[in-house]
Amino acid sequence: MAVLEILTLPDERLRQVSATVAQFDDELRAFIADLEETRQAGPAAVGIAAPQVNVFKRIVIVDVSGRKNTPNHGYLVLVNPEITHWDGFEMAREGCLSVPDYTGNVIRAGKIRLSACDPQGAPLEFEMEGYEARAVQHEMDHLDGTLFVDRVVSRRTDLFRRKVYRQGGQSA
Amino acid sequence: MLTLVGEDRPGIVARVTQAIFEAGGSLGEASMIRLGGNFTIMLMAEVVGGAERLRQALAPVVADLGLCLHIDAMGGGLHRHLVPNVQVRVAGADRAGIVADVTGALARVGFNILELESDVGGDPQRPFYLMNIQGYSESPLEALEAAVAGLVAGGIAVDISAVETLIG
Repeated sequence: MAVLEILTLPDERLRQVSATVAQFDDELRAFIADLEETRQAGPAAVGIAAPQVNVFKRIVIVDVSGRKNTPNHGYLVLVNPEITHWDGFEMAREGCLSVPDYTGNVIRAGKIRLSACDPQGAPLEFEMEGYEARAVQHEMDHLDGTLFVDRVVSRRTDLFRRKVYRQGGQSA
Repeated sequence: MLTLVGEDRPGIVARVTQAIFEAGGSLGEASMIRLGGNFTIMLMAEVVGGAERLRQALAPVVADLGLCLHIDAMGGGLHRHLVPNVQVRVAGADRAGIVADVTGALARVGFNILELESDVGGDPQRPFYLMNIQGYSESPLEALEAAVAGLVAGGIAVDISAVETLIG
């Protein structure tokens, strides 16, 4: 077990596209353990992706179970994750272990359906929403070299309010 | 800290920042917005020679574009971002004193405003006022709601919610 070094902007390696995992072996599982230890060692992060520690494989960890009143699936290791369905959109503030001292508002799908493999290579399927869905989308962006800063919308963009007025006072 | 205000037209930011760059200056944080149809920008700049050097470098641009320029010497630096944890949305019939009333009530419970923007909409006979504040508060939401309860009773909609930042 080891805490790995986290790449931070403007490190160009964060822009790399990660490769699909083909070997579900002990080496993979040892790396996942290190990745989780790294997540827990830093500021309270609800997720981490392999490319953030200079490993360009399609692996993310998400765990929002520590947040109150939040529907969640517990501690999730997602290998080769794919979002198969998106629904709705929401705006909320995000930060990132790889982008110190900066936060911004990002629009994400409100609900997603997801397929992935577990660390043994067995297939997983999830339906998730809200905070957990946001965390997964944030982490999966890393696998394609995208950071939340690429998706930040203006602080002055109030999506919620616009939506309310466009829909004639009906809450979204 | 540079403040520039004037009639809006395309290209102001490009010309101002080019002049600062040519004077050897470097920019930090900036915020530009149109207010009442006017161009406004505030930006942090660092330059050898300070305010005088900036004033001199910007003089031709300012004169040409008809801008008002104001410069204050001040410190700046990285790692000073405060992250808001509370959002306050205000809406109501427009009248003088809404901002003072709401921000006064929040200030009394120690609320620190980090971002504020407001707008007036509706038709001229019945204008409404909208304000969106993000800030930092150590008081719980209930305490903030109690602080503005009198205003809400007076007909101003004040929606207070937590802003949580997802760190991933």
